[in-house]
Amino acid sequence: MKKHISALRFRIKMLLKYRYLLALLVERDIKLKYRRSFLGYLWSILNPLFSMIIMMIVFSYMFGRGIKNFPVYLISGNILFAFMRDSSTLAMNSIIGNAALLKKVYVPKYIFTLSKVTSSLVNLLFSLGALLIVMVITKVPITWYCLLIVIPIIELYIFCVGLGLFLAQANVFFRDIGNIWGVVTLAWMYLTPIFYSIDNLSPVLRYWIPKVNPMYIYITQFRDFVLTGGWTWTVLIWRGLFISLLMLAIGLWSFARNKDKFILYI
Amino acid sequence: MEKVNDICIQVKEASVRFNIASEKVNNLKEYAIKLFKRELMFKEFYALKDVSLTVRKGESWALVGPNGAGKSTLLKLICRILSPYKGSVWVKGSIAPMIELGAGFDPNLTAGENIFINGAILGHSKQFMKEHFDEIVEFAEVSNFLGMPIKNYSSGMRARLGFAIATVVKPDILVVDEVLAVGDSAFQNKCMNRMKEMLSGGTTLLFVSHSNDTVRKMCKNAIWLDHGQVKMTGTANEVCDAYEKSQKSK
Repeated sequence: MKKHISALRFRIKMLLKYRYLLALLVERDIKLKYRRSFLGYLWSILNPLFSMIIMMIVFSYMFGRGIKNFPVYLISGNILFAFMRDSSTLAMNSIIGNAALLKKVYVPKYIFTLSKVTSSLVNLLFSLGALLIVMVITKVPITWYCLLIVIPIIELYIFCVGLGLFLAQANVFFRDIGNIWGVVTLAWMYLTPIFYSIDNLSPVLRYWIPKVNPMYIYITQFRDFVLTGGWTWTVLIWRGLFISLLMLAIGLWSFARNKDKFILYI
Repeated sequence: MEKVNDICIQVKEASVRFNIASEKVNNLKEYAIKLFKRELMFKEFYALKDVSLTVRKGESWALVGPNGAGKSTLLKLICRILSPYKGSVWVKGSIAPMIELGAGFDPNLTAGENIFINGAILGHSKQFMKEHFDEIVEFAEVSNFLGMPIKNYSSGMRARLGFAIATVVKPDILVVDEVLAVGDSAFQNKCMNRMKEMLSGGTTLLFVSHSNDTVRKMCKNAIWLDHGQVKMTGTANEVCDAYEKSQKSK
């Protein structure tokens, strides 16, 4: 037990030692993303805005009827899902992408994975600006409850860190993961009520999705705070927290188990 | 009398094993098929086999041997980049690794930005990097090119910058793997002088070079590796003589 505690203390010390690197890597990602582009950071707001407008035009004829404030409903689901998809895809390549460096210098490897998820989080915070614009235009009342969106965002961030760590280590040994993940997230997107309401689904799906699809849980919490201006189901918060911590544990465990073998495969 | 607390690097019968798969298996389908057919056989390859090395504080060691002898692997083992398959590696004190100069430079970022990132990769804090920024720029002689992306730098300039960042701190152990070959002679001399300065300040040096003259100049001790095994340990002169002899007889 004592050994575990001292190991944990060492890990935390290392994380603190390299926190400046983490901050710099996040800064680099954000800087380079828009370097030499005319509108720069504005794209982080414009992108979700444009994709929401397109999806709204396409889907409001099919699914939008019956959903209150469809634009806000759509964009809130969209930016959260995009965060999960982007962060997991970037994190997945974080180890093999830094192969050249990891072969030459000792750095805690998870720093690269963590930095990718964190820079995606910054991107998500930018897209909240787009959400705000849509809320103002569609005259959705902005209440104090809106501030509670930090709860689902933190839960989702923890979930994505775990998922990213798991994918990053798996991708080192099986490069197929990189190819299949695009398909998996596509299927996942359609199984998540982003542009439709869960009420339109068959009873079986309606029963299972809230139980097993973490994205549904986070998005629903988020929408409840933003759209209805009230509290969400408390059980959703606990369930979301449980899933995110579970995912983090899986990610940390699998990463720690295999990290010393990376060097032989990258 | 041996003073135990003088030891700063102890490598005990360390082996590093690589699996050379007969064909590279890195997709799931092949893995499943091979696993099923029990064909998942690897040719084992030892990059290092039962290597032992004890280095005391302030000593200077050269690693000599032909290409592929395991010199870099031993350095990587000591820098914690690799972990041993068998045996143990124990290191006390801070390491400045120069396995490759400027590893981790982002070609799209400017030199100024890269100095901070590279320093952070080596584990320095923001405060420390701010204090030593000018010193690095001055040593690397890049003050006129700070705003230029690294991708436009020549390899010599990159090496200068990398060396300057890696040696800004006075480390307990300096690990140098043939990195000075790219620079011009003026720069090489500058680097040698800085390394000698550190040595006289009590830093321990591990040095890989194919130039026996440099080895004799820089190091007191040497270890000769061949095919992953230690062939000889001793003073730099003895080992270099023996190594030169064996190369001539080939």
